[in-house]
Amino acid sequence: MNISVNDLHFSYPNGVEVLGGLSVEIGSGERLAIIGQNGAGKSTLVKHFNGLLKPARGAVNIGDRDTKNHSVAQLARCVGFLFQNPDEQIFKKRVFEEVAFGPDNLELSPEEIEKRVSTALAQVGLSDMRERHPYDLLPAQRKFVALASVLAMDTPILVLDEPTIGQDRYGLTRLGTLIDDLAQQGKTIIAISHDMDFCAEHFERFLVMKQGRIVMDGAKHQVFSHNELLAKAYIESPQMTRLALALELPGPVTTVNEFADVYAKTLRGC
Amino acid sequence: MIQLDRVTYTYPHAKLPSLYDISLKISESSFLAVVGPNGSGKSTLCALVAGFIPHHFHGTLQGQVIIDGRDTAATPLSKLVTPQVGFVFQNPFNQLSGAKLTVREEIAFGLENLGVPRSEMSQRVDRVLELFGLTELVHRSPYELSGGEMQRVALASVFVMEPRVLVLDEPTAQLDPWGTRQVFEAIRTLVQNKRVTVIMIEDKSEWIAAFADRLIALHEGRLVLDGSPRTVLTSSHLDEIGVGVSRYTQAARSTQSAGGWPRDLELPATLDQAVAGFKRARKFYEHLG
Repeated sequence: MNISVNDLHFSYPNGVEVLGGLSVEIGSGERLAIIGQNGAGKSTLVKHFNGLLKPARGAVNIGDRDTKNHSVAQLARCVGFLFQNPDEQIFKKRVFEEVAFGPDNLELSPEEIEKRVSTALAQVGLSDMRERHPYDLLPAQRKFVALASVLAMDTPILVLDEPTIGQDRYGLTRLGTLIDDLAQQGKTIIAISHDMDFCAEHFERFLVMKQGRIVMDGAKHQVFSHNELLAKAYIESPQMTRLALALELPGPVTTVNEFADVYAKTLRGC
Repeated sequence: MIQLDRVTYTYPHAKLPSLYDISLKISESSFLAVVGPNGSGKSTLCALVAGFIPHHFHGTLQGQVIIDGRDTAATPLSKLVTPQVGFVFQNPFNQLSGAKLTVREEIAFGLENLGVPRSEMSQRVDRVLELFGLTELVHRSPYELSGGEMQRVALASVFVMEPRVLVLDEPTAQLDPWGTRQVFEAIRTLVQNKRVTVIMIEDKSEWIAAFADRLIALHEGRLVLDGSPRTVLTSSHLDEIGVGVSRYTQAARSTQSAGGWPRDLELPATLDQAVAGFKRARKFYEHLG
């Protein structure tokens, strides 16, 4: 299921323009990271994908659905959305109920709901928390509860707004593995993040935004070779890209594995 | 000076303590960073220093927290909080007053409550607006900002009060590198020029290594590492307790056995440290070759 954004404009009621005529095509099964400084319009863009925001001008299509003509509930069958702050999407008293809420609305059988909830909780490592109150959990765990409720909807498209915030090493590893697995299953994964190292390890395509516009769109290695343009968009390249550049190693380098390979070759060449 | 003396704390209704037997001295005008996996007690430690424990969260507190000679448990919260101790929450939404319509008014809110004269208030607000790059947002509603912008407003609203001790719970989580730099540089200015003591939970190791004076690591409520940021951040023990190490450290570790990192040099936690070490190792190879 493709996402097609065509000449999208959006302004707040007070007249502040957030998106100024933006077009992008996202193909089925892509892993796309949306990066850019605070206030660049990243969250505003993705909130159009599940119909939370409607285009002031232009159009957003999810498959053959024009988001203007579909409700958030209808689009929720296609697009799962993890908010930056999980507390904005958690409202039930038990973890199980929270994760079952979406599938419940799809009018699935109780067995299918049970199966989906169990699978989703296992995917985020919270199987033994199903009877707990979400607010008795740590914020990082609540984020995983919110993610489980998104996974339980089994949508072809997943949008993750700053999924790495607040996660420790265990959480980051789990999240990274989950993103890789979901991509393997053919899901489209779109993430907004400032964690360039994490993005470089798990995403292939990068969309760079600045002041409501797309300033760069391309494959990972291509995007991270444009240092000057990235600096203008207030983006700091992954640690390994900056290190390779400072050591004048042949690019492109974005991850520790890539660095270790290239560096070993230069040592052998000495 | 802040002193924690054998502090053990258990939240109400909790079976186990969140902090065990913590003793710690934090000198005035220093920048202490705190790392640890989720649930290790970092936020609890901050709540103790800010006096929220035991004044808001009752539970069971053993040991003492002393700030400038005053036992926080025996001092009313009204005497502890700003201007003495300022606290910035993890979620900036929780910091906003909800009573103000513009960013400028929001930042002035605390000073209004302290009865600061209007002209001084205006000058102080202008200074922090500039410090956090918020000048263009002054007339916006605090609730119509992006997550990162809101976080900078939350920080500015506490900085403007000029507290002597500043406790920050992951204040740069939602910030881009530019915003993160603003925060770290503003903190450095406060520590060096205003003699403020800063305690900050932060997991952006590259920034901690470049700016903090000292780093402690907590694990399951215990203080497990305490030292210079570079030493703590490159300790193999940090990995074991579930704190992510920087890619610089990982890169040096992965090439160390093949002679890619000098054996006598501490592993790197920043770009500069990594560049220096890798260059030295390469020179050694060139010399051999």
